[in-house]
Amino acid sequence: MKKIFERTESLIDVPTHYCSGCGHGVAHRLICEVIDELGIREKTIGVAPVGCAVLAYDYWDFDVTEAAHGRTPAVATGIKRVRPENIVFTYQGDGDLAAIGTGETIHTANRGENITVIFINNSVYGMTNGQMAPTTLIGQKTSTTPSGRDIWTSGYPLKISEMLAILPGVSYIERVSMHSPAHVLKARAAIKKAFQYQIDNKGFSLVEILSTCPVFWGLSPRDAIRRVQDEMITEYPLGVLKEK
Amino acid sequence: MTEKILMCGNEALAEAAILSGCRFYAGYPITPQNELCEYMARRMPEVGGTFIQAESELAAINMVFGASVAGARAMTSSSSPGISLKQEGISYLAGCELPAVIVNIMRGGPGLGNIAPSQSDYFQAVKGGGHGDYHCIVLAPASVQEMVDITRLAFELADRYRTPVMILGDGLLGQMMEPLVLTGETPVLLDKDIKRDKPWALTGCKGRPPNIIRSLLLEEGALEELNMRLKGRYDEIASKEVRFEGFFLEDSDIILVAYGTTSRVCKGAMKEARAGGIKVGMIRPITLFPFPSEAIAKASKDVDAFLTVEMSTGQMVEDVRLAVEGKSHVEFYGRTGGGIPSKEDVLDRIKSIAGARAS
Repeated sequence: MKKIFERTESLIDVPTHYCSGCGHGVAHRLICEVIDELGIREKTIGVAPVGCAVLAYDYWDFDVTEAAHGRTPAVATGIKRVRPENIVFTYQGDGDLAAIGTGETIHTANRGENITVIFINNSVYGMTNGQMAPTTLIGQKTSTTPSGRDIWTSGYPLKISEMLAILPGVSYIERVSMHSPAHVLKARAAIKKAFQYQIDNKGFSLVEILSTCPVFWGLSPRDAIRRVQDEMITEYPLGVLKEK
Repeated sequence: MTEKILMCGNEALAEAAILSGCRFYAGYPITPQNELCEYMARRMPEVGGTFIQAESELAAINMVFGASVAGARAMTSSSSPGISLKQEGISYLAGCELPAVIVNIMRGGPGLGNIAPSQSDYFQAVKGGGHGDYHCIVLAPASVQEMVDITRLAFELADRYRTPVMILGDGLLGQMMEPLVLTGETPVLLDKDIKRDKPWALTGCKGRPPNIIRSLLLEEGALEELNMRLKGRYDEIASKEVRFEGFFLEDSDIILVAYGTTSRVCKGAMKEARAGGIKVGMIRPITLFPFPSEAIAKASKDVDAFLTVEMSTGQMVEDVRLAVEGKSHVEFYGRTGGGIPSKEDVLDRIKSIAGARAS
């Protein structure tokens, strides 16, 4: 019988610590599939964030370092400048990339560092029990916006990918989602393209992935997926934002 | 290179870093260490190294973290307010057991303070600075030549003990020019050297199991194990790496304790006091962590008093008192906020201590 689906080499065969319906597992897998397809596992160096994915190295079978919260792109910059022949990517949540690490994100992109950023936007702080993220939608209830995000006190959902797209140093940005099998495949294609940009020395590439956090959205996994489709995509439209 | 040349401390330190095989520098401008940053911007491209003017001190120290992860000899520099910002990164370097060299050309504080020389970051440098149970090795040069020599030592100790090392200078040492000799060059680590000498570094996992660099240890007992391993390393450092310069330790009634710029002032005062018949000696710590406690303890049996002189309101003096353990008197004289103790000031203190002890 022909084997048509199996665990990809870069993904370690261990039980997951992620919650049911969480998007991290799928995103981890897509990255690993792309790395294996491109044959770059042995020269890839990952930079894990602070947040739920802080334990990403438990799932990835290649070199990985931790980074302080938000400093992820600065760490990746140091690695890539020392080892331009390696493939360096960061994996960051919305708090890491668009709140505490905004400065590092913008300046790493602006320098056109030849790294790849995988940005998981689930509009909430999962690791610390569901507080507001910079990407939290207007009206979304979180533990620090108990009556829903109010623009007068908490501002607006931060569209950092759009902000980054105007920088000349940025080569490729695409926003994708994982709320249907077709979208998962599109996300996979975007991740592969981003890594290919780095392999081709084209500079800074970023894929924003709209993801789910059923636990801190207070929804079932199925309803969480619906929320991505019905609410998140409206605020964060999918598609290529920059392509050089 | 053995001929004498003239350089300011900041530039001499930068050149010494390059001679020590440092090929990665990231920094953010702040007075009074800008010459160091600017020198690196000029020199690094010439030697095929990397210079990055970071967007902040936070970014700079984390770029150094990344370069160290990748196996390079890496350095950052700043002055007091900027060093405060780097503390997060220094704690992560310590927790991840990563070598790096951090230069603090101290200025007045707290807050924005001023840009005059100071020694008021002693507590921050020696007692931890960032969060968690850790130490940096702290080296205190007292001349431009020693800034050169200590920089080489800093990189060697950082690699040997897999720990961040801080060079604690001050605005005066950074700015002043003195003749110096730049000695021997350390070969830059090639990729094969890194793979051999730093098997923990992230180089891509070809031919070996993946390496993970982390300080997050959630499994029961795992963090305590790291903490105790670090403690063991600090104990080893304390037993092997104490460096100080002693003057007349066998023949003194009063011993001065001072490091860096103030030690030079004290040396002059010591000589003058001895010429005037007062038996004064000096201990000049070169390593502030580890601290030369044993030498001070040993001297405390035979002297009437110690006089600690600092450009602070009294920081290192606490470590002197701990070492003396009440066996002798410990006096303090300090200037702060940009004030520098003069030889005459120190001499007056010496005379008053000598007078009080005689009466």
